[in-house]
Amino acid sequence: MKILVGIKRVVDYNVRIRVRPDGRGVETDGVKMSINPFDEIAIEEALRIRESGKADEVIVVSIGGDECQQQLRTALAMGADRAIQVNSSEALQPLSLARALLKVAQSESADLVILGKQAIDDDNSQTGQMMAALWGRPQATFASRVELDGTTARVTREVDAGLETIEVELPAVITVDLRLNQPRFVKLPDIMKAKRKPLDRTELGDLDIGADAPLSVSDFAPPPARGGGIKVDDAAALVAELKQRGLV
Amino acid sequence: MMSKILIIAEHDSNTLNPSTAKCVSCAAAIGGDCDVLVLGSGIGDVSRQAAALEGVSIVIETDAAHLAHPLAANLAPEVAAAAGAYSHVLGPSTTFGRDLVPRVAALLGVNQVSDIMAVEGPTTFRRPIYAGNAIVKVDVPAETTVVGTVRAASWKEAATGGSASIESRPASSEAASHSRYVSLEAGDGERPDLQSAKVVVSGGRAFGSAENFEKLYALADKLGAGVGASRAAVDAGYVPNDMQVGQTGKIIAPELYVAFGISGAIQHVTGIKDAGTIVAVNKDADAPIFELADIGLVGDLFTVIDEMMALLD
Ligand SMILES: Cc1cc2nc3c(=O)[nH]c(=O)nc-3n(C[C@H](O)[C@H](O)[C@H](O)COP(=O)(O)OP(=O)(O)OC[C@H]3O[C@@H](n4cnc5c(N)ncnc54)[C@H](O)[C@@H]3O)c2cc1C
Ligand SMILES: Nc1ncnc2c1ncn2[C@@H]1O[C@H](COP(=O)(O)O)[C@@H](O)[C@H]1O
Repeated sequence: MKILVGIKRVVDYNVRIRVRPDGRGVETDGVKMSINPFDEIAIEEALRIRESGKADEVIVVSIGGDECQQQLRTALAMGADRAIQVNSSEALQPLSLARALLKVAQSESADLVILGKQAIDDDNSQTGQMMAALWGRPQATFASRVELDGTTARVTREVDAGLETIEVELPAVITVDLRLNQPRFVKLPDIMKAKRKPLDRTELGDLDIGADAPLSVSDFAPPPARGGGIKVDDAAALVAELKQRGLV
Repeated sequence: MMSKILIIAEHDSNTLNPSTAKCVSCAAAIGGDCDVLVLGSGIGDVSRQAAALEGVSIVIETDAAHLAHPLAANLAPEVAAAAGAYSHVLGPSTTFGRDLVPRVAALLGVNQVSDIMAVEGPTTFRRPIYAGNAIVKVDVPAETTVVGTVRAASWKEAATGGSASIESRPASSEAASHSRYVSLEAGDGERPDLQSAKVVVSGGRAFGSAENFEKLYALADKLGAGVGASRAAVDAGYVPNDMQVGQTGKIIAPELYVAFGISGAIQHVTGIKDAGTIVAVNKDADAPIFELADIGLVGDLFTVIDEMMALLD
């Protein structure tokens, strides 16, 4: 069985985001970039499935410019067997991402695709669901537990009402939530070893995904600031303040 | 061209989720006709609740056994089949909508606008990205269906008092053989729902144990409040996952939010930015949560909770 994991290069989650003064994006110059945190969890889950003997190969794929090879190398160092860069100078929106990932999944005959539940830059939370729809295959989103039994995956999902469990037949797309696992740390010798693992580069144009009408995104602005707050000295002052404001 | 908007109702077979009434408010801001699609099994009550929302023209009901549970693989084809007559298809940006709506968008072959927080025109919206650290304008290209999710915390529920007609529509697809619902382990549901509570008290890692959270529950009960938590508290097993507030938990907008022993990481703060008043109690005067708080109190949370309990008697 083959598992395909989609990873995105994003601004590290610890970086304080600043909107560019020209309103055309956020500052990325000299900013630390990382694998999208959810995608790291996706890689870890795929590796654990392989290590339990239920899969033979873990392939990581990232769609982006050459800089995303850095994140692919990290994924190889974590233990992925192979990496594919789909070279695209432009950042794609989820529908095109889903089409491109589906092409890769089909040409690799992947049985399971694991993605993050959302990319923490655009916060779209769409790609996995779209890919499953285009594929005509099941989706199990926001997974916090995955159990494979032959060609069935039993997935517990983090939903607003609590924890929902569903069963899906493979091939399927699973998107992962934070509590699924704790990704492993990469050790130095693994980084050396990863340099010898295969990293293939494909042009997006060669995947022939067709064109769709993208949304136009503009006018980046910082969120409205909240007014300056006050400090109170103790619980009595707090309760008095809340009563005065009619909040309790 | 006048907009014709279809809203996908969220419900638990008995009760319409308040997120649907918020979508109706978003539709009102877009302008035009607004219909609501109720998919499920045994959903007569839900359809009647939807028909009572002010501003809804028609409630379309598809009642079929295989729609009893909200499996996106079964619901999405029904939405896509109904969507042809509409310029806009909207669902809530709850886990229900975030699971379903992108599947619908892909079936319709369009990109989706996630988390609509404001409407500037029938095809122009504002939405947050980077955990709410930037707001962008999104324009949907002409001649394509607008498919979007509505950020619940940005919208008030539409009023009731309407009397839309209810039409039933047969299911267009069969059950997907590849997906099966197994079970739902629901939270206890004793306290007000986080996403609609007027007051929410919330606790972080500082509580140290599930037992200590009992103190917060007692305070919540005194205030009639919902109870939230940071991811650290959920990960440590002090509280269940459905209490998590933040980027990957619930985005909420209560009138009053009181954070006890929560440091104020951006991923948490993004979930509470729309609260009316934010109160922070933390023993570290430099905790980032104080940058955001309207009322800050530097002190030990256990002492403060005990004192509040006494003062609120
Ligand atoms: C991709 C991603 C998504 C995330 N999503 C979320 C999310 O949705 N929601 C979320 O909450 N987090 C989320 N996180 C985690 C987030 O980054 C923080 O780690 C988390 O919010 C910290 O929780 P905390 O404030 O309870 O704990 P800590 O940061 O450990 O803070 C504990 C605070 O308690 C104070 N304290 C300790 N003892 C006392 C006492 N006796 N009295 C008063 N104060 C005391 C301390 O001074 C400290 O400020 C996410 C992280 C990532 C990477
Ligand atoms: N450029 C990309 N390359 C590979 N995978 C991606 C890319 N963008 C998004 N994904 C995958 O899709 C998931 C959801 O992204 P999104 O729908 O943008 O929130 C991510 O967690 C990744 O697993």
